[in-house]
Amino acid sequence: MHGRERNEASKPEETAAKALELRSLQSQFMSNHHQKIYTQEAIQLSAKLLGINPEAYTAWNYRKLALESRIDEDSDPSLVDSIIDEELRVVQNALKRNPKSYGAWYHRKWVLSKKGHYYSSLEKELQLLNDYQKQCLVNDYQKQDDPKKQDNARNFHAWNYRRFVVELTETSEEDELQYTNMINDICFSIYSAWHYRSVLVSSLVAKNADGFMPKETIRRELDYVHNAIFTDELGQSGWFYYLWLLDQTLKMETPLRFSSWPSDGSIITTFCSESGSFPLILYFDQAVSGVSSSTVTIDSELKANEDLVWEPVSDNKNSQVDSCVWVAHLKFDSRGPCFSRKENKVKVSLGGIVSSMGCNLSTPYEFVFTVLHTVGESSQQGIVSWTDGFNNWDDAQSKDLNSFIALNADAGFEWRKEAIKIEIDHLRNLPDSKFGKLILARLLMAEETMISDDAVKGFHYTEILQLYNDLIALDSWHAQYYKDEHSVALLHKVTSSTESMFRHLFRYRNMNNIVCLRLNNLTLSRIAAVEKLLFVQMLDLSNNELHSAEGLEAMQLLCCLNLSHNRIMSFSALDSLRHLKQLRVLDVSHNLIGGEHPVDTTRYLCSSPLSNSGEVGREVPCKYWDAYLVLRDLMKLKQLDIRGNDLIFSGEEFSSFVRQVVPKLVWLDGHKLTN
Amino acid sequence: MADKLVADKHVRYILMAEKKKESFESVVMDHLRMNGAYWGLTTLDLLDKLGSVSAVSGGFAGNTGHDPHVIYTLSAVQILALFDKLSILDVQKVSSYIAGLQNKDGSFSGDMWGEVDTRFSYIAICCLSILKCLDKINVKKAVDYIVSCKNLDGGFGCTPGAESHARQIFCCVGALAITGNLHHVDKDLLGWWLCERQDYESGGLNGRPEKLPDVCYSWWVLSSLIMIDRVHWIEKGKLVKFILDCQDMDNGGISDNPKDAVDIFHTYFGVAGLSLLEYPGVKTIDPAYALPVHVINRILFTK
Repeated sequence: MHGRERNEASKPEETAAKALELRSLQSQFMSNHHQKIYTQEAIQLSAKLLGINPEAYTAWNYRKLALESRIDEDSDPSLVDSIIDEELRVVQNALKRNPKSYGAWYHRKWVLSKKGHYYSSLEKELQLLNDYQKQCLVNDYQKQDDPKKQDNARNFHAWNYRRFVVELTETSEEDELQYTNMINDICFSIYSAWHYRSVLVSSLVAKNADGFMPKETIRRELDYVHNAIFTDELGQSGWFYYLWLLDQTLKMETPLRFSSWPSDGSIITTFCSESGSFPLILYFDQAVSGVSSSTVTIDSELKANEDLVWEPVSDNKNSQVDSCVWVAHLKFDSRGPCFSRKENKVKVSLGGIVSSMGCNLSTPYEFVFTVLHTVGESSQQGIVSWTDGFNNWDDAQSKDLNSFIALNADAGFEWRKEAIKIEIDHLRNLPDSKFGKLILARLLMAEETMISDDAVKGFHYTEILQLYNDLIALDSWHAQYYKDEHSVALLHKVTSSTESMFRHLFRYRNMNNIVCLRLNNLTLSRIAAVEKLLFVQMLDLSNNELHSAEGLEAMQLLCCLNLSHNRIMSFSALDSLRHLKQLRVLDVSHNLIGGEHPVDTTRYLCSSPLSNSGEVGREVPCKYWDAYLVLRDLMKLKQLDIRGNDLIFSGEEFSSFVRQVVPKLVWLDGHKLTN
Repeated sequence: MADKLVADKHVRYILMAEKKKESFESVVMDHLRMNGAYWGLTTLDLLDKLGSVSAVSGGFAGNTGHDPHVIYTLSAVQILALFDKLSILDVQKVSSYIAGLQNKDGSFSGDMWGEVDTRFSYIAICCLSILKCLDKINVKKAVDYIVSCKNLDGGFGCTPGAESHARQIFCCVGALAITGNLHHVDKDLLGWWLCERQDYESGGLNGRPEKLPDVCYSWWVLSSLIMIDRVHWIEKGKLVKFILDCQDMDNGGISDNPKDAVDIFHTYFGVAGLSLLEYPGVKTIDPAYALPVHVINRILFTK
């Protein structure tokens, strides 16, 4: 019970008497309420009840009915005033008893929103609130070490109510910003004030208000928040605001960026014996909607590709959905006339796409790639091995090693880089501080993405990785968080240059020399940098610490995936794989699937009846429901390995379940299946 | 120092509370008898002791005589789900009552008096999903409204512009989970804000920055982290220890912190939190519906 000590001695006679009084009040009140009695006496009784027990919500309802019965459009103004005064007084009393009573705060709001414009003392309401909040702050401050202190300066009801009164009295946002300054001057750790500030500043910038242009506002706010974070050692609130400002510095008005497969200037090879299509993948750095054949046009001599169907890589296939990854399939006809020519150029134009953050693609962006047709060997039929049959990477081969490309010229780049540099310098000068190190690491990562000069690229990664290692030592409770961030940085480092990538690339002879990327044994707990890996067809992530396949859904070319010896705990964690329609070989052996992990942390991140998504009406078996949902979508799956996982999957039951769900499976756990 | 869960004592505490109806504490909370029943009964099921109470009846107000409100309607539906007695409900009537509370902007009022809060969005969505009547509301608008309550720190508030608070975050994330819309959540941003709720001294979780830890956040923060798959970012062992320390080892029951008096509300959140932390001997609870997994699976899967 909040605020009541255990073993608080209370005399039984006293509490019994109190209980009796309250019980009697409550019954009388109920009787008045049900009989709709709104006499002065009855109304005062309800006030008495609410003064003792502000949570008796029905009594607040009753008072609203009583008010409606006493005043209407034609009532005398002074009567209205006095009744409003009375209601506000009752609320005030109730709040003294419980400053966090939902019923009390809402009643005040209801009264003023219904009758506020009749109320002569409306302007006083904001002043009353200012005084109340300030008094709370001063009280809290004085009783800092008192465990019984109420902590009302952070009362979110009061702050929410404030926004209501501000709107009702049409107070300006600039004035409110001054108010948050006043609060911060007294105490820097009132998160509510910083939150409110972020809302006000965003709104003023969005409106282009005087003195609130993006660049100058950010500079001013960064200087302002320095006071909080560099002086108030223990307070967290300023740091969160600082983080948000830095995020705005990087993202405000930045252009949309994307990467694609095939990428600009690349040459892709198709084999005449294969099915006549290949995917065109667009990967944006923000979720976008409206990708369709009217916004993305294809110009090529391949078979008519005018009405391409673009689909988001998400569960909802609606074109209005926001998604980062979009795919369409370009068809080619191996018997068609264009095949007499070995090469065909394809030009792709992007225009009119809108991101969820409001970025617009103002001028069309074009890129061109070449399709090369060859007569190839038929696909291998034998079992795919992860150890034998690989060739080293041939340096001479061109590579689709691409990062995000900005779709618009970014005029504001320079001030952003400057601002980040200044903050990096400040942070470097701080003594060991968890927030300081974390934010420095993030800023260095951001700076890396802004560097276009290949010679200097990759420079920061060593420092970034060291910072995360320092953080794991400094703040061990959040070790897994820093580990995840470390993995992200490591993957960006590996993919930051062609030389470092080449060490991880191979070709698998037995499958038409498809591209294989080996990222095994890197202690990776998280997948990242996927925008650079769209060209990969075979991926080895074995012997890492991954607990989910989140991020892999964009790798639409993937046909072989090795996730063995990781920390996958359920099939729901592999939900992303459902989108990999080309997947033929999947190894999830030696994980933790089906073991003593009753809590499923990916239960709601996949489409299922639990989240009211996926195909409506389709029957989903209760047992192995997540395995069912993942496997049934992998139409091309031929080889699956689930050995070395726990308990419920051992033995015949699960194997026969798999064979039912994936009838075309050829190899299971290293053995060829007989029909 | 508490080193184990004294489950039997908590069971006894809950059953005794049923009987102490005339104490002052009980009378003052008369209006939420329905919620109290849900908290008490769910805790009993998690500890595998549901057989020890007889069937419950009740309206959808907090108690007989009180006015109807969605808060109590949800508890009523959850209680019936626990006992597999949803069939006694007039599903048409209940779902229409809830659907009728959706406003034009997609938000939900708590009752006829119009208070709007994302808590009510969650309640409506959770309730209707259990009753399999989600199509009675405009889900897209409901989701749009919830998304409009997303803040710049990744969290969610009661209404657009309101600051992030763990309780609201649970409600919004839960509602988005149940409607398959978790892609609207910035899981990394919110996950980090949530994992920073852990207090280094006690191991407990608070509800927002600079506040004191409280056992009820072991549910709200933890279930949110689980739904977005970021629970590995907190120190679980220390949190278990904090919850165990909040037990009254002699009389049973769990409180908000080790020094305060126990109550049914915190007993439920403590045990539910331990369930999410995979404490041995406690059944698994579903993080979105706040009911045992076996109950939810029984209702939502066809066979």
